[in-house]
Amino acid sequence: MIDLIAGTNRLRLIAIAVVLAALVTLPFWVSGIYYINVGSQILFFAVFALGLNILVGYAGLVSLGHAGLFGISAYATAYMLQLGAGHTTAIMVALVIGVASMAVFAVLSLRSSGIGFIMITLALGQILWGLAYRWISVTDGDNGIPVRGRPAPFGYSLTDPVNFYYASLIVFIVAVAMVFIFVRSPFGAALMGTRDQPRRMNALGYHVWMIRFYACLFSGLLTAVSGILFVYYTNFISPQTLALTASAEVLLMVISGGPGTLLGPIVGATLVVVIKTVVSGFIERWNFLLGAIFVAIVILVPEGIVPGSVRLWHLIARKRAATPAAAEAEPTATERTP
Amino acid sequence: MSALTVSGLNKSFGGLHVTRSVDLDIQPGERRLIIGPNGAGKTTLFNLITGELSPDTGSIRLFGQDITKVPSRDRPHLGMARTYQIITLFGKDTIIHNVRLALLGLSPMRWNPWTDLRRDGRFTEQGHRALARVGLTHIADRPLSQTSYGERRRVEIAMALAQEPKVLLLDEPFAGLSIDERRDVHKCLMAIPRDVTIVMIEHNMDVALEFAERITLLHFGEVIVEGNRAEVVEDPRTREVYLGH
Repeated sequence: MIDLIAGTNRLRLIAIAVVLAALVTLPFWVSGIYYINVGSQILFFAVFALGLNILVGYAGLVSLGHAGLFGISAYATAYMLQLGAGHTTAIMVALVIGVASMAVFAVLSLRSSGIGFIMITLALGQILWGLAYRWISVTDGDNGIPVRGRPAPFGYSLTDPVNFYYASLIVFIVAVAMVFIFVRSPFGAALMGTRDQPRRMNALGYHVWMIRFYACLFSGLLTAVSGILFVYYTNFISPQTLALTASAEVLLMVISGGPGTLLGPIVGATLVVVIKTVVSGFIERWNFLLGAIFVAIVILVPEGIVPGSVRLWHLIARKRAATPAAAEAEPTATERTP
Repeated sequence: MSALTVSGLNKSFGGLHVTRSVDLDIQPGERRLIIGPNGAGKTTLFNLITGELSPDTGSIRLFGQDITKVPSRDRPHLGMARTYQIITLFGKDTIIHNVRLALLGLSPMRWNPWTDLRRDGRFTEQGHRALARVGLTHIADRPLSQTSYGERRRVEIAMALAQEPKVLLLDEPFAGLSIDERRDVHKCLMAIPRDVTIVMIEHNMDVALEFAERITLLHFGEVIVEGNRAEVVEDPRTREVYLGH
């Protein structure tokens, strides 16, 4: 059993190293700008999914309004640029507005958890979507706001898709590192405690509401960052980005990949983006395919692709270990021995 | 000064008056047993004392300090810890992590989002010390899902003890235990030093009577009899409402 766990850990490290190397070298082995752009999309949607996973996976709070927060940061960036602000100012304002909106969301929706939380976030997300549609003097309604140009930090113009990809990759790696550290921290442990036993956490001296509130702010920060990358990527923002379907999509990324895991949302984001952008070029009914894949996930690995694959891997490894040496050691029995 | 003073406590749920003018005065170091038939309002009384419910009228004092309006989450910081009748633990985690969470709850570190909790030796070390008091050090790293019911009871107690409370509230610590497990838990409780005041709800009379010095009998939310072991056991009202023979 110990060998198996050590093996899984080693496998995990190797997998991470391979993925990281693949991501860094992607522009060299991928032909064409199109696929580099797909890579950028995967990266910033992964940041978005990581942000939502803070709430869904680690706090046990399912939000259906996150596209609203994603969109409001994108709109803030676009609007500031339209007003003639510089990129730094626009990005800063968008971050503040994104996190502040999340704070308002949190104050209103943390009055409940479970279904109540879902419904309040859903309603708030719809309000933002409605504002994007109807507050025409700011958002230009259905027409949306175009964004001209991308920033050029340290002289690297992000207008070049490869540079934009690398900028997204840096943001992505920083986001993953932040979540990785957060999850192991005392505050992360406290957050997961409030997910599993809020009443007990309260009796142990934790301020459950405040812990959830701070978790919301962290989630809001990652969401705002991804929204800003999105608006620079598409150079355009319209109300569609804030729609309920967008909130559901990012939630599906988290749930399909594996909520409460670090890699789950990244895998989920990859799956959804690849099907939406690449596969949809070959299969007209890509929505059907995506739906079928989700059904398959629910049936085969209901806990999500990442934890589900780990479970299946263990199962296969155990079976393989049991078959040749069944007489020597029955693994389940070994496992039970204290 | 009393460790815990409850005076004129009332609580109603709609028309149901579950706590009726309850007065309690518990001295430091005392072992107080609260008994009463099902539905007597024992757990409600605990929930009022720990602040999970707020009383309609009356006050609660902890070492002279009025804590009636203090939120329940702040009461552990003032030296009050409790266990639950229905085991309320973190089932996905290991035993040591459960105790670590109890320790972290009283530490300012609980707001820290960047250090690695598992590498923080202080919590693990203190956690092991708390587990030693209930005799569970040898299985500290075992996932809670692989422990027996009796072990979980002891984890509950270890978590409360880890917080080094001045007043410890135990809600049926022997509920659902086998005779052997009961003996283990009893041994843990007897080993708690006298600087901890203990209030215990218990149905299991043989172990509980041995443990307690003073006993309060609740019936329909009211204190019916209060006194030392002999007084309460001898009282005809006790026999009538509780012992039933």
